[in-house]
Amino acid sequence: MEAEELALRGFKYVRRRAFDWVAEVGRIAMLVREFLWLLIPGLKSLRLLVDQMQAVGVGSLWLVFVISLFTGAVAAVQAAYQFSSVVPLKYIGSVILRSVIIELGPVLTALVVGGRVGASIAAELGTMRVTEQIDAMRAMAINPVRYLVVPRVAAAIIMMPILTIFSDFIAVFGGYVVAVTSIGVSTHTYVLGLQQYFYYKDLFSGLLKAVFFGGIIGMMGCYYGFATEGGAEGVGQATTRAVVASCVLVLISDYVLANVLFRFIFAQ
Amino acid sequence: MIQLRGVSKRLGSKQVLDGLDLDVQKGETLVVLGPSGTGKSVLLKHIIGLMTPDRGSIEIDGENIVGMKERELDDVRKRFGMLFQGAALFDSMTVGENVGLGLREHTRMKPAEIESRVVERLEWVGLKAVENMKPASLSGGMRKRAGLARAIAMDPQFILYDEPTTGLDPIMADVINELIRDLQKRMGVTSVVVTHDMTSASKVADRMAMLYGGKVVFQGTPAEVHATRDPLMRQFIEGSSTGPIQPV
Repeated sequence: MEAEELALRGFKYVRRRAFDWVAEVGRIAMLVREFLWLLIPGLKSLRLLVDQMQAVGVGSLWLVFVISLFTGAVAAVQAAYQFSSVVPLKYIGSVILRSVIIELGPVLTALVVGGRVGASIAAELGTMRVTEQIDAMRAMAINPVRYLVVPRVAAAIIMMPILTIFSDFIAVFGGYVVAVTSIGVSTHTYVLGLQQYFYYKDLFSGLLKAVFFGGIIGMMGCYYGFATEGGAEGVGQATTRAVVASCVLVLISDYVLANVLFRFIFAQ
Repeated sequence: MIQLRGVSKRLGSKQVLDGLDLDVQKGETLVVLGPSGTGKSVLLKHIIGLMTPDRGSIEIDGENIVGMKERELDDVRKRFGMLFQGAALFDSMTVGENVGLGLREHTRMKPAEIESRVVERLEWVGLKAVENMKPASLSGGMRKRAGLARAIAMDPQFILYDEPTTGLDPIMADVINELIRDLQKRMGVTSVVVTHDMTSASKVADRMAMLYGGKVVFQGTPAEVHATRDPLMRQFIEGSSTGPIQPV
């Protein structure tokens, strides 16, 4: 009897969580729809967009610089180790370049920007929610999605590819420094490796991913910020949720996009 | 005029409003009284369309706003100004930008005109040279007044006050009370003031309504309220913990 009751409670719990999850996906979809609907009117206030682009982009430069430099450096060390007498070192530049522009640049940039920007958007909008600033905005007949969400998400979408290009350069440079100073590859060899296997479609794929990642980061920050309930604790929870959701979704969408891009669009 | 009929709202397991009827006449200041947690703020949020009732109708100058689309609601909201409990100033903007936001968003006024209107409205509420300050650096009383300046920037026909004197010292509370009276005379607005502060209520009200159990249980002029023998009303006026109202 007890086991039956327990199983029933377990079932009800799972069912409730599943419903909650579906409802959440639905609410996010509605926010995305409203974002698209208000995109054009929202971008008319250019100043709001520029402010946000600055917050997303310029504010993240230093962080992206550091992680990219070390990502490139690690890529060089790992490549040298795995090549060891199997693959000639002249390919080291190619391997670093391609892994960086297709995968490491966009994904790692998205993860750190997601942590930094996603959290700050969620915290800001969450605080606005709990201090009735969002209600005040609606009471003033200003649509908060147009005024707050559109500039933030659009800024993330615009800035992510730019940050990714920056990250690509720095990572390739980081790889170069390690390759030349501690692996014993000459500058000429490294640069030749870069040139030999550079494809525009790789770069395009990386940047397209970055666009999607930007959208995910901005949208998760805004959604969880708006959904904040109950004081400082709620703001903390919203921030955590925004970061976790954007990181998870970045990696999932990375897989989906990789499939679409390299198995269909660019399939040989 | 604002007319609420049979307005009900359930939040979670609590029936906050339960078939509430209320009329606010043009040009009057109606004070809605009631213990904390009786849904006074919820009532205000219904009037300005920030919340939708489960049942009932809310008419603003004969126009039912229940079921309106957000865009239609925005047209109604432009006729309102609302002072929030914590002022709800946008803390990413300066005080001047806060007060001028509605004008920038909804009118074709030139920046210089907006600026002079902002200065004027801040002066109305007794604030000078605060335009370039951030809300965070203002005191509680100044924040309330800045919030009020923002609420009146667009020359509203209706002003809603959510606990305007809560958290202020008695002198600042009286300054706010004076302002509410003053604005009503100056602008001829229709006001709804939600409060549990009897001093403030007596000072600003043309009429009072007592909210309890999701309904309006007593209405009348300040004189009628003070003279009444209604036990509920008496308990509230006298501030007694014993009586029909159970403190929660």
